[in-house]
Amino acid sequence: MSIPVLKFDAVIVGAGGAGLRSAIQLSEAGLKTAVLSKVFPTRSHTVAAQGGVAASLGNSEEDHWHWHMYDTVKGSDWLGDQDAIEFMVRKANECVVELEHYGMPFDRTDDGKIYQRPFGGHMSNFGEKPVRRSCAAADRTGHAMLHAMYQRNVKANTQFFVEWMALDLIRDAEGHVVGVTAMEMETGQVVIFHTRATIFATGGAGRIFYSSTNAFINTGDGLGMAARAGIPLEDMEFWQFHPTGVAGAGVLITEGVRGEGGILRNANKERFMERYAPNAKDLASRDVVSRAMTTEINEGRGCGVNKDYVLLDITHLDPNTIMKRLPGIREIGLQFAGVDCIKEPLPVVPTCHYQMGGIPTHYSGRVVTPQNGDYNTVVPGFYAAGECACASVHGANRLGTNSLLDLLVFGKSAGDSAVEDLKAGKAHRELPKDAAEKSLSRISAIDNRKGGANVHETRLAMQRTMQNHAGVFRFGDLLKSGVEKILEVEKAARELEIKDKSMAWNTARTEALEMENLIEVAKATMLSAEARKESRGAHVRDDAPDTPEFPNGRNDAEWLKHTLFNPVDNSISYKPVNMQPLTVEPIALKTRSY
Amino acid sequence: MERQDYERLRWRCIRRALLELDITLTRFLDDGFDQLTEEEQAAFVDLVALEDHDLWYLISGKEECNEDEARFVPVVEKLRKCSVRLAG
Repeated sequence: MSIPVLKFDAVIVGAGGAGLRSAIQLSEAGLKTAVLSKVFPTRSHTVAAQGGVAASLGNSEEDHWHWHMYDTVKGSDWLGDQDAIEFMVRKANECVVELEHYGMPFDRTDDGKIYQRPFGGHMSNFGEKPVRRSCAAADRTGHAMLHAMYQRNVKANTQFFVEWMALDLIRDAEGHVVGVTAMEMETGQVVIFHTRATIFATGGAGRIFYSSTNAFINTGDGLGMAARAGIPLEDMEFWQFHPTGVAGAGVLITEGVRGEGGILRNANKERFMERYAPNAKDLASRDVVSRAMTTEINEGRGCGVNKDYVLLDITHLDPNTIMKRLPGIREIGLQFAGVDCIKEPLPVVPTCHYQMGGIPTHYSGRVVTPQNGDYNTVVPGFYAAGECACASVHGANRLGTNSLLDLLVFGKSAGDSAVEDLKAGKAHRELPKDAAEKSLSRISAIDNRKGGANVHETRLAMQRTMQNHAGVFRFGDLLKSGVEKILEVEKAARELEIKDKSMAWNTARTEALEMENLIEVAKATMLSAEARKESRGAHVRDDAPDTPEFPNGRNDAEWLKHTLFNPVDNSISYKPVNMQPLTVEPIALKTRSY
Repeated sequence: MERQDYERLRWRCIRRALLELDITLTRFLDDGFDQLTEEEQAAFVDLVALEDHDLWYLISGKEECNEDEARFVPVVEKLRKCSVRLAG
């Protein structure tokens, strides 16, 4: 079968913040640039980011990139690479000011500067006191950012392929990336994008968990494609969770609910936080609350038919207080839990929010893999940025407002690196003869299989396995059985069947293809989590507790290293954390406490 | 509505920027959309073309339709009812 070939200098997969930012660099450098997106760019999940973007502008009070660097290293529980972190925080001001010039409507101070607000974990003077570092545009920071960058791209003649799904990375015999295959949803046509540079900016994969704040679009397509092309995934055991998402829906319930007097209860109606945190009770920190909730559920005191959630009770509060102090909570309860929280408690579970790991990259945005003893061998022609990439700046735990910064800095950096490499003048490398073969046979298998697995049921099995075996608080035995279970689910995910065989707008086929990406991420997460026998940042194990020898369960002697999950044979290797910043002294190891 | 038009609409409802809309619109397509009149279905197609925050504020009742959006009113009402009823 003859497959159409579209030739571009660069293709960018994903049109959220990182994709749009890198596209600006390429198009403005005069390179022929295509951006592929499953949805219209301003409908990417970056829209959901409200908190702001961190930059030590010092508009509201004294600030310094070195303090921001310290906070980020500490937040990462020392797993972040200090060269990449220094690079990011030093580029922050430049990237925010550029965005301002693109037309981003930042909130302003009275004298016209960008207004900055405080945000958890961001401190002045190396952890001394909170500092105002977050730049926002009301509650629509991510959305405003996408608009400003989309307009800039239109002006620069970036070519958008909207409602297209990238399918597979194309690598030649020498391992160079020479493009991607993609499917136009409107026609079902598969096309080859033959390029000199391929940038992945596909976002996270939070939909691997049953309870996730991520929109349905976050199916880890970039990670799936990288894994199928034999590229290892880094630090996939690290996922940030929020303690209170609506059970079964994932929609966030603000921590303000507990602040106003909300009480967590188990199936016996017991206020269980009294046992875990006798003083702070329901106001204990996020991780303590999440762990207590998980323990209650694991020990059989969860609520509902499956005993898989706990209750957040505010029925004792004055309804006027609820309406005044917690606007929107009643609506969320009604719409996503079918519960009027004035009369009945809300079902809640710890909920996945952000993926710290991803495709391994250098801070230049170039994708790197281990080869012949060098952990950071560049994969020629391949770049990644944003949540799908692991530079690694977030390490074991991300600070709020650093995610928007990540996508600006590394989106730009990946774009710049691609421009630099392309200006070096290399022509398009020849496409392999079987460039589209892998994608076509995957689609044909899904279309023609009889007696295969149902996509919805397989996804649910994966999500429940991930939630129950590799959730916010992890147990050695559950991780072990989780590995067996997820490998079982993987078998089903490799045997998917769909009923609808039509070419145009076949959403069943698209969801099956997404499922093939999700399972790669789920497997990498479960196996990486099982293997890491310490607690660090967001990876907290019951069998690696807080002791004087290992504060917070962290074991630097054995585990100060990045995980690399090899999807080809499910093996795991490790690479050292880069503790050497670019220009300053390393931030020395310390116990992470706030 | 032709199959192709419906499937395009479906994709644009089940892959939004905000999780709240993914859930609400998926539910409505599965239970509610069929009962709309032809005119309301056309209004629904335009309604879901709104930016995510604007659409969510309308459905969640944080904002009301303005004068130019009068034809959205009956559909928004049904979306609001559907979310609450089905959630139970």
